[in-house]
Amino acid sequence: MSGTALDAAFFVGWMTAAAAAIDREAERLTELDSAIGDADHGTNMQRGFAAVVKVVEAEPPATPGAVLTTAGRQLISSVGGASGPLYGTLLRRTGKTLGDAAQVSAEELRAGLRAGVEAVGQLGGSAPGDKTMLDALVPAVEALAASFEAAAAAAEEGARSTVPMLAKKGRASYLGERSIGHQDPGATSSALLFAALAEVAK
Amino acid sequence: MKMLINVPETVVGDALRGMAAAHPELVVDAENRVVVRRDAPVAEKVALLSGGGSGHEPLHAGFVGPGMLDAACPGEVFTSPVPDQMVRAAAAVDSGRGVLFVVKNYTGDVLNFQMAEELAEDEGIQVASVLVDDDVAVTDSTFTAGRRGTGATLFVEKIAGAAAEEGMPLERVEAVARQVVRSSRSFGVALSACTTPAKGSPTFDLPAGELELGVGIHGEPGRERRPMMTSREIADFALDAVLEDLEPRLPVLVLVNGMGATPLLELYGFSAEVRRVLDERKVAVARTLVGNYVTSLDMAGCSVTLCQVDGELLRLWDAPVQTAGLRWGR
Repeated sequence: MSGTALDAAFFVGWMTAAAAAIDREAERLTELDSAIGDADHGTNMQRGFAAVVKVVEAEPPATPGAVLTTAGRQLISSVGGASGPLYGTLLRRTGKTLGDAAQVSAEELRAGLRAGVEAVGQLGGSAPGDKTMLDALVPAVEALAASFEAAAAAAEEGARSTVPMLAKKGRASYLGERSIGHQDPGATSSALLFAALAEVAK
Repeated sequence: MKMLINVPETVVGDALRGMAAAHPELVVDAENRVVVRRDAPVAEKVALLSGGGSGHEPLHAGFVGPGMLDAACPGEVFTSPVPDQMVRAAAAVDSGRGVLFVVKNYTGDVLNFQMAEELAEDEGIQVASVLVDDDVAVTDSTFTAGRRGTGATLFVEKIAGAAAEEGMPLERVEAVARQVVRSSRSFGVALSACTTPAKGSPTFDLPAGELELGVGIHGEPGRERRPMMTSREIADFALDAVLEDLEPRLPVLVLVNGMGATPLLELYGFSAEVRRVLDERKVAVARTLVGNYVTSLDMAGCSVTLCQVDGELLRLWDAPVQTAGLRWGR
């Protein structure tokens, strides 16, 4: 992966692109969630990322780390459900790991995201294979070593890989075997986050 | 699907403004989504705080008042509230003797209340939490998010609320709440799916002529689908599930709860079947409550919750309560 330096504006761009991607796919996320959850994932993520964009565009934080911690705090305060604390923790922990550098390399971002993804696993008490966000996030962070496009593709494939899985966490787990055959909404929105990252990195 | 709303985005705020208009005994902060009893903080009293997704009314805001909750934090429809709400509410109701969070066992609620507990403690508020997980329909709890919190929430809020009202310290109120959780089990069925305002169509497909057994209160499908059964058959099935898990040695409180779209006429008929089964099984009934208390929007169906009570729990259940959704005594 090349040594491009990523500044705060890049991260604001990421959040804006993520919000747009979630806007576009909100109905699909809600549809997936109604199959194995409670039909609100699209709406909740839409509300959360709209709030994030509003905050980071009104007063753009000075560093990449600050953009992500601000975004994470905003998600925790506006999403609710499990997604709020989980996505909020992902961005906050990633941001904290980036520290207060004015620019970060892609490799530093990858290290930050790895810490963020670990924090998500801890908070949710989950592991890859449980049919959760982690099934998209973990392979995406791995593939980020190659390129942003590779990370986006790995996240997308990870999301699709949840279809045959049996849900072990969250509301889908109540369905037991009936959760099999449906794509996990959280893994799907995680893939959108990485698609947006690849888009702004172009 | 026709609904009595303006736009889906404002349903929760609109309902809170309506609550404010109807209940001057409550302080309703519609913007921050916090409902508090007007005389809070009540001096020398432990405060009870709960919250959860909207769509289960009267739970929780309808249970705010003397003898029950001090504050409620409604989230979006079927979405847990955010930590900021609980921290704000805790600060508003804490008299210095601490706050008990009553949390239904859903991943979102658990995570948000956990974050709120840390934040409230940072502000010097003593917090204890009790997790309600009474739904026996979720069996494999080692491999799932665990049993869901449903009808027993009402028992916990009423009984622990009375304990707090009597001036018991936080540890004692918490212990009473835990005892109620341990002593309670529920089972629910759906005759129709519910429709969230945001989605506008039913959250799952339930063909005409079938019912969903072991349904939750968030429009999530249950564990098993069967051809429609009679009230008698449903009571047998639901109580079999409950009594398999709870073998009451003491008299029980019975909650026959409507999911939102089942007429009271049917609920009372079902309640008669519930009593028949309990009589057959030699389970003594101390009190019965019939009505729509822990609902799931416009879902048709019902749940039955049993809570076995000793003399103290029964006394606390009978203690006066004055809320929008439950009131007796005094």
